Amino acid sequence: MLKIRIIPCLDVKEGRVVKGVNFIGLRDAGDPVEQAKIYDLAGADELCFLDITASSDNREIIYDVVRRTAEACFMPLTVGGGVRNINNIRSLLLAGADKVSINTAAVKEPNFVKVASQKFGSQCIVVAIDAKSVLEGKWEVFTHGGRKKTGIDAIKWAQRMEEYGAGEILLTSMDRDGTRAGFDVNLTRAISDNVSIPIIASGGVGNLDHLVEGVSKGHASAVLAASIFHFGEYSISEAKAHMHHAGIPVRLEN
Amino acid sequence: MQKVVIIDYGSGNLRSAAKAFERMNSELGLKYTIEVSSQTETVMSADRVVLPGVGSFPDCYVGVNKQEGLLEALNEIVIEKARPFLGICVGMQLMASKGYENGETSGFDWIEGDVIAIKRSDDQVKIPHMGWNELDITETNHLVLENLCNIGQKPHVYFVHSFHMVPKKSDHILAVTEYGQRVTAIVGKDNMIGTQFHPEKSQKTGLQLIANFLQWSP
Repeated sequence: MLKIRIIPCLDVKEGRVVKGVNFIGLRDAGDPVEQAKIYDLAGADELCFLDITASSDNREIIYDVVRRTAEACFMPLTVGGGVRNINNIRSLLLAGADKVSINTAAVKEPNFVKVASQKFGSQCIVVAIDAKSVLEGKWEVFTHGGRKKTGIDAIKWAQRMEEYGAGEILLTSMDRDGTRAGFDVNLTRAISDNVSIPIIASGGVGNLDHLVEGVSKGHASAVLAASIFHFGEYSISEAKAHMHHAGIPVRLEN
Repeated sequence: MQKVVIIDYGSGNLRSAAKAFERMNSELGLKYTIEVSSQTETVMSADRVVLPGVGSFPDCYVGVNKQEGLLEALNEIVIEKARPFLGICVGMQLMASKGYENGETSGFDWIEGDVIAIKRSDDQVKIPHMGWNELDITETNHLVLENLCNIGQKPHVYFVHSFHMVPKKSDHILAVTEYGQRVTAIVGKDNMIGTQFHPEKSQKTGLQLIANFLQWSP
C-alpha cells in the first residue's frame, strides 16, 4: 500500500534556514545541509527546500545548498522559490533536486509548466498553489507570498495545471500559513477531489492531529510542515507514530 | 581497476545515483571507480552497468539512440558479455520489448513484455504513483534482493511513475507492489535486474540493494 508522505519543509534564505509567521519575523533555525541530514536519518519521506532569497542574483547559493544536500541525503528533494525559467529548473536538477516547484512563474506564463513537464517529465514538476478563501467554498490563487491577488479560481487552476503536465500540487492555504491552526481541510479536499494527481497539503500545521486531518479530511497524499519539526517540538517518528495510531498508512521503518 | 558505468544520455540528474554508488562502494571497501558517461568506449569497458532514466519512455529511448553507438554498445556489454546490469525507473522500462507511453515505442527487448499505463481503478488512485510503497518480493533467492529489510517486515521504496512493465513470463518478475492493482516493481533475467523504484532515493533499503548489486556475480 502506498504510504502517506511526511515532508519537512525548510525555508532557506541566503543559504540559511528560516521560518516565520505569515512570512514576517523570520527566525534562524540553522544550516540546511545539517538539517537535511537529520531528517534523512529520522526517516522523513521527502524533503522540501523553499528558497525565499529575495534577489535573483543569489541563485548560486541555493544551487550550492542543493548540491551539498543531495550528496548527503538519499531521499527525494523538492526545491521551490524563484523558479522562473527552464535554465533555473535545469540547474536545480543538475545540482541534485528531484523535483522543482513552480509558483509565480506558472501564473505569469501557464505554458511554462507545459514546456517544463515536456522537457523534464511530469514527475519532477510540482506546481505550488497559494490559495486564499474568498467565499464559502471558493478559493483564489495568490502569488508573491500571498500578497498579490490573481483573480484565478484555485480549483480551476489546479485542474489546468494537471492538464499542463504538473506531476503534483503543493497546496498552501494563505489563510492558515503560520497560524498553527491546522490545514484548511476544505480547501485541501476541494482540490484533491478535483484532480487525479497527488496533493501535498501545506500551511497551518500546529500539532500532530493536524497532519492526520490533512489526510482524513483533506484527502492529501502528503503533508508538509516546517516549524513543528525543526524547532524540535515533534520528531518525524512521533508524527508517524501518531498518524499510524490514527489509522493513516505511513512508513514506519527507515 | 574495475568500473561501474552510470550511463548518461541526457536523462535528468545522475548525481544522486552516482553518489549512492560511491557511498556503498566505499562503505563496502570495494575498489570500483564510479563513472558517469555517455561515451561508447567507456560503456564497452564497464564491469557493471547502470541505466537510470526519468521522463517518458519515448524520450528516454530517443535519448539512448541519439548517442552514436550507445545502443549497440549496451547490447554487446549486457547481452553478449553478460556484465551485471541495473536499470532504474525508465532505465528499467527500456529493457522491455515495447512501451505504450505517448504511442508505441520499441524498447531494448531484453525482457519480453510491454510497458503500459497503471490503471486508475477509482478516484482514490492518484497518478503518478508517487511515494513510498511496500515491496512484495516474489523471488526470494535473488542475491540482489537479500537483506533489504528485517525479517518479517516488508521493505519500503520510493516510486515515481505512471507506467509499469508487464513481462510476458511471470518468472521475470522478482517483486511487485500494490497500487489499486499489481504493479511490477523489480524485474530480472540472467545478469540483468531492473527496479521501477529509485534505490538511490530509498534511504537504507535502496542503499542495501545498491550494495548487493555491487557484489553480485550472476
